[in-house]
Amino acid sequence: MATTNASAPSAQGESAAGSTTRPVVNDFSIQVATVNGSGSQSANAVLLKSIFGMGIPVSGKNLFPSNIAGLPTWYTIRASKHGYVARKKDIDILVAMNPETAKDDILSLRAGSVAIYEEGLNLQQYREDVICYPVPFDKLTAQVCPEAKLRKLVRNMIYVGVVAKLTQMDMAVVEAAVRRQFAKKQKAADLNWGAVQAGYDYTTQSLTKHDPFVLERMHATEGKIIIDGNAAAALGAMFAGVTVVTWYPITPSSSVVEQLIDYLKKYRVEQDGKASFAVVQAEDELAAVGMVLGAGWAGARSMTATSGPGISLMAEFAGLGYFSELPGVIFDVQRVGPSTGLPTRTMQGDLLSIAYLSHGDTKHVMLLPGSVKECFEFGGAAFDLAEQLQTPIFVLSDLDLGMNNWMSEPFDYPETPIQRGKVLTAEDLKRLGGFGRYKDVDGDGIPYRTLPGTDHPKAAYFTRGSGHNEQALYTERPDDYQNLMERLNRKFDTARTMVPAPVVVQNGKSKIGIIAFGTSDFAVTESRDQMKKEYGLEVDYLRLRAWPFTPEVLDFVASHERVYVVEQNRDAQMLSLLKLDLPAEETVRLRSVRHFNGLPIDARSVTDEIVLQEGI
Amino acid sequence: MATTATPPPAPKVNRIGLPVLDYRGGKTTLCAGCGHNAISERIIDSLYEMGIQPERVMKLSGIGCSSKSPAYFLSRAHSFNSVHGRMPSVATGALLANKTMMGLGVSGDGDTASIGMGQFVHLMRRNLPMIYIIEDNGVYGLTKGQFSATADLGSKLKTGVINDLPAIDTCALAIQLGATFVGRSFSGDKKQLSAMLKAAIAHKGTVMLDVISPCVTFNDHEGSTKSYKYMQEHEEAIAEVGFVPHFEDISVDYDAGSTFDVRMHDGSHLRLHKLHENYNPTDRVQAVKALMEAHEKGEVLTGVFYIDPEKPTFTELLNMVDDPLATLPQERTRPSKQVLDEIMNRLK
Repeated sequence: MATTNASAPSAQGESAAGSTTRPVVNDFSIQVATVNGSGSQSANAVLLKSIFGMGIPVSGKNLFPSNIAGLPTWYTIRASKHGYVARKKDIDILVAMNPETAKDDILSLRAGSVAIYEEGLNLQQYREDVICYPVPFDKLTAQVCPEAKLRKLVRNMIYVGVVAKLTQMDMAVVEAAVRRQFAKKQKAADLNWGAVQAGYDYTTQSLTKHDPFVLERMHATEGKIIIDGNAAAALGAMFAGVTVVTWYPITPSSSVVEQLIDYLKKYRVEQDGKASFAVVQAEDELAAVGMVLGAGWAGARSMTATSGPGISLMAEFAGLGYFSELPGVIFDVQRVGPSTGLPTRTMQGDLLSIAYLSHGDTKHVMLLPGSVKECFEFGGAAFDLAEQLQTPIFVLSDLDLGMNNWMSEPFDYPETPIQRGKVLTAEDLKRLGGFGRYKDVDGDGIPYRTLPGTDHPKAAYFTRGSGHNEQALYTERPDDYQNLMERLNRKFDTARTMVPAPVVVQNGKSKIGIIAFGTSDFAVTESRDQMKKEYGLEVDYLRLRAWPFTPEVLDFVASHERVYVVEQNRDAQMLSLLKLDLPAEETVRLRSVRHFNGLPIDARSVTDEIVLQEGI
Repeated sequence: MATTATPPPAPKVNRIGLPVLDYRGGKTTLCAGCGHNAISERIIDSLYEMGIQPERVMKLSGIGCSSKSPAYFLSRAHSFNSVHGRMPSVATGALLANKTMMGLGVSGDGDTASIGMGQFVHLMRRNLPMIYIIEDNGVYGLTKGQFSATADLGSKLKTGVINDLPAIDTCALAIQLGATFVGRSFSGDKKQLSAMLKAAIAHKGTVMLDVISPCVTFNDHEGSTKSYKYMQEHEEAIAEVGFVPHFEDISVDYDAGSTFDVRMHDGSHLRLHKLHENYNPTDRVQAVKALMEAHEKGEVLTGVFYIDPEKPTFTELLNMVDDPLATLPQERTRPSKQVLDEIMNRLK
């Protein structure tokens, strides 16, 4: 079965079906197995928001196929009183709605887990150590939904009612979630709420609860929002004043631009009906990034969003952007590669290819958001950095962060004004008498530029991807080329002082540390607690938020005996970047923890691997 | 020695008070006699005569001999020599950022019809407001004379190699795809090219001009169909091109039976005096037919084949604010704190 790492069910199950155990409160996971295109998204959203509405920290992950309809899909919801939002390795409650996968689904459960399924599937025959709740979904659906063509959709709401009753959800909160889900359609809301109640009533009358999993009201989600990383990035771009957006649709990045279009249409159309932005669906990713750089050159705040295959296509333009010093923002919502790979699964696999994207000596600034809040913040900061550094800025999120719903503190309104970098106006030129486009006037490696249309005879310069001197004139002179490349290096060093610094958690005593970034943060946070609780092992933690690295990274590595670099790819790409950056004598401290099966990394995998390497 | 000092004559200036010198560029590094240099001269003349402020122009190009040429005219305009075959996307981005600028793109036959075909067709389709010139010589010059995709079937290289694939007709393609001003000229035809370039400046949508521009080094020999000699013998104008800019008095009479008078968006007039029967520059089907027929006869048809002066351009379709997006102040690009609060509240 595709969504857990679990091997065959363990014989040493904690509890057998029917036994009474201590209740497990606000700390379990629910997995709904369906086929895509069956409309289960609404039902799953209601479950997630009901738990959130009860004040319990919750996260949801959609594991879906690269397909439109009819293939297996799993949605996992995790309730965690501790606030852990990483993927949980084991499933506690299975809702098996897909007959195709039902047998595999139940076989993958741990002993003591729960399975809810259509009674005709007889899944109890496969597992005596799983608590089984057969439900006559078809019969119940027919009773609440006379209209046959709607039954496929309504059927899913029945399981919401079953799960709600079994886990003792607050039904007022569930009803509110249903009504909000169908806010604009009163009839649909009534029909779906009826289905939820039918599931609830059936469970009350015909099933006896044998399992320990229950929900109790908490107050841990007050004031919090739920949003996906792609929407957060889109908001970041809008509040950063993006003006030109280009894209070529590709999973899992399409919803960055789709949601951005919705926001822009709502909040960036002026009173006369005209837009303070332009969005273009390009013919391919080459054109998308070409438009971004052309727009950046002419003074727009421009962006595109893509994923790995698009990054590969953008390589040539990325080199032009670096060498001719053109601003632009490229969001990369990473998916599993190489090649087409697993388009709907997650990976941190584009680090090395982006760091040096294009031929010759090229390197690019990368921002690495580790939460939806950082998708918003870095999504905004990227535009300032692009114009301040006059270079393409890459923001690397991933499918897990981008396409799943996450709890978050509300986003803060940007405090600093929009930074447009070193741009000379006609007045400046009048005062200066002229300028050298590629001259390092300030010693920080960042030259001054002018925008097309600047009304001064000395404003123009010639942008080219071929050799150029400080005056932007063509040159093949050895010293001109070398000076230019060394200045670009100085500029990269300046970038070190401007990118987001890492987040460091250390107690001054631990001998071992973890370095991670992006979505690995959720698993690492939980794993550190596991190691402390289960092994008495206290592990310091540095979460990287950008490349080039800031000085904190060297300090952290140098002050620990062993540092585990946790990342979601096969080739230890971040470890490679660290080895290239750190002094050789420090790199011997680095160890690697890798996770690359297409599923988001989980805490148990991190803990087990570190414990193994530590020889504990 | 003269004893009385006569003041030097004031340099001749155009209608915005600039001498032609202000339209010149760097010294060309192309071969002596290259057709591209003649095209640069015509560009300089037409911008000067039309009184275009150099600072209001963005020059854009891809890679190749042709794409170098923006360095040789209009030094006072920003210029962007981008990557091979990708000028259309850069131009699109630049014009979205600042739609008040005039876009002038220079490409070649390799840069357009081979590596750049993908972006070229989409540029034509969008009717982006810009002039797109192909300096077309049928060969790759910078890599020393390989055939390009506009080389005619049966054309011969200096090495004796015969081209056995048909040429792509960029004009027929551009008409089919939605460009709104499509023509072909010859770098050696000063009068026609000047008139077409001035009309191009007056046009609001995409202008696609394929200008046959012989490569004196690699494709000007016997057996080439892009040589000076071949063009002199085979050029066949579909119509005589006359242009009356909007700032000049339009008093000259014309014969409505034999001349099309096209009123352009800026008030200029394009006067096309028919040399071919059935010529109608507003009829796309007729235009493509004429091109194919001429090709069958072994003629190189030149002139304005198709024009639609009023079709909405890409920047019009996007309904952007009047000011350039590039320089909008923060008040117009960053929504208020209340907007963020409203969005956050809905996500709770």
